[in-house]
Amino acid sequence: MTNDLIHATAAELAAKIHSGEISSVEVTQAHLDRIAETDAKVHAFLHVDTEGALAQARKVDEAVKAGEQVSSLAGVPLALKDVMTTEGVPTTVGSKILEGWIPPYDATVTRKLKEAGVVILGKTNMDEFAMGSSTENSAYGPTHNPWDLDRIPGGSGGGSSAALAALQAPLAIGTDTGGSIRQPGAVTGTVGVKPTYGGVSRYGLVAFSSSLDQAGPCARTVLDAALLHEIIAGYDHMDSTSINAPVPPVVAAAREGLSGDLSGLRVGVVTQFSGDGYQQGVARSFEAAVSQLKELGAEIADVSCPSFDYALPAYYLIAPSECSSNLARFDAMRYGLRVGDDGTRSTEEVMSLTREAGFGPEVKRRIMIGTYALSSGYYDAYYGSAQKVRTLITQDFAKAFEKFDVLISPTTPTTAFKIGERANDPMAMYKADLCTIPANLAGTPAMSVPSGLSDEDGMPVGLQIMAPALQDHRMYRVAAAYEAARGAFGGPSL
Amino acid sequence: MPSISRDEVAHLAKLARLAVTEDELDLFAGQLDVILQSVASVGDIATADIPPTSHAVPLTNVFREDVVRPSLGQQQALSGAPEAEDGRFRVPRILGEEA
Repeated sequence: MTNDLIHATAAELAAKIHSGEISSVEVTQAHLDRIAETDAKVHAFLHVDTEGALAQARKVDEAVKAGEQVSSLAGVPLALKDVMTTEGVPTTVGSKILEGWIPPYDATVTRKLKEAGVVILGKTNMDEFAMGSSTENSAYGPTHNPWDLDRIPGGSGGGSSAALAALQAPLAIGTDTGGSIRQPGAVTGTVGVKPTYGGVSRYGLVAFSSSLDQAGPCARTVLDAALLHEIIAGYDHMDSTSINAPVPPVVAAAREGLSGDLSGLRVGVVTQFSGDGYQQGVARSFEAAVSQLKELGAEIADVSCPSFDYALPAYYLIAPSECSSNLARFDAMRYGLRVGDDGTRSTEEVMSLTREAGFGPEVKRRIMIGTYALSSGYYDAYYGSAQKVRTLITQDFAKAFEKFDVLISPTTPTTAFKIGERANDPMAMYKADLCTIPANLAGTPAMSVPSGLSDEDGMPVGLQIMAPALQDHRMYRVAAAYEAARGAFGGPSL
Repeated sequence: MPSISRDEVAHLAKLARLAVTEDELDLFAGQLDVILQSVASVGDIATADIPPTSHAVPLTNVFREDVVRPSLGQQQALSGAPEAEDGRFRVPRILGEEA
């Protein structure tokens, strides 16, 4: 029974909970047990909220018994990235500077999940302040990829993706600034979606790079991701960049896609994302996906977006610049760590000592790069030029979407690398986000759906699907059709 | 682009309020140099005629009616403070010793 419960999709669990066939408490307990069994090996969670999860589950069970109308995912467990504030539950963002911090308020995403009756199992591990591609930058130790415990689960949302792959939760929340939902999804064989920028509220999402940060759904199936997308999306007056427009019809699109017909759909293959640096197993998996999309009726052609070659350097100027400003709030005065306040030191000295002790090396590197890129004398050459590249990338997307309904590429150039392999080489680490960054810079939606396993190393590979702004439903339709055609590809054994 | 010196990194750390160690200065000077040389390529295509984009969605001011809404109370706002006193944040001295 437990085995069935942890293998089931969120949609299947919801149907059984809502019909009264099983209780949310049973489902929640099965996942809590699974976490207890496996998380010593995987380390997906920073905090498990057993009491809170079971209390929420009981509430849903009572509502079902009373015949009340409940949301599509009421009673289904979820793993929440530790970047979202949770009232009364620790939120660390993977950083020592917020160790032990208990937020006094819920993020909008957290609030929407609670209101929908979703059961939050706990908070998942992540690269500190979402800066990284491997979850090795967490101050609380790395997360391990369930497919091979010696390998990274992606990052920054490696805890969320690993929890899904390890069957610890059927749903998870991630945030994607340069690929932190999609790249972990790709390397763990799970689905990860970065919605249109502004589609999901950033209120209570601890900021890294505000013009790029976007929360989104993670799941093991496309339909589950769509169901979660619909719950967390929508306009929020607490976020000045929230888009005041209807939520794209992602659930209907995912169901439509399951029919398996993509006749007439125009799909562009981005030529910049192939060749040198792309692992052969990834390239072959991508080619197989292209063939399957053709069989489903899609019309496929190459498309060139020359500015995408400059997306990575532009990103590593824009994101650090915004983070150097955003992270100034960690000043040791109002919340979080305070170090060296012995009565003799000034505020400025305490601030500097606290930030030195509380931030890890990657965060310090990015704060200093951002400080440099924004300083007078260098601003035009660095930050200013990066902003112009952002314009060119947006234009390349617009031109490509005149000819194509969606664009596709591999999600990552390689499968999951070994823990420690790139830890001392920041530029090698940054290249994991080569294919995912353009969508963040343009604010367009993009997702990763598993395209099976690499024939070289048996590790999962991701297919990236990109769509124009507010057309998130297009990629769900394609992904659902592809997923059905692709079929099952197994799972990790833990 | 010029390489970045150890002294420049020390200056950046001071601006960013990071009390970095001597060992970190050596490490970061090398790494920042590699990163900055690599990202400098944005200058290759960023010609004068291209307008900059700061944000994917054009930002406009958001107005609302001036009505009181629920917000954090004093206790909640102070709940995470490293030190609080008399309902306020307690901070180390801000002015010099002579003040």
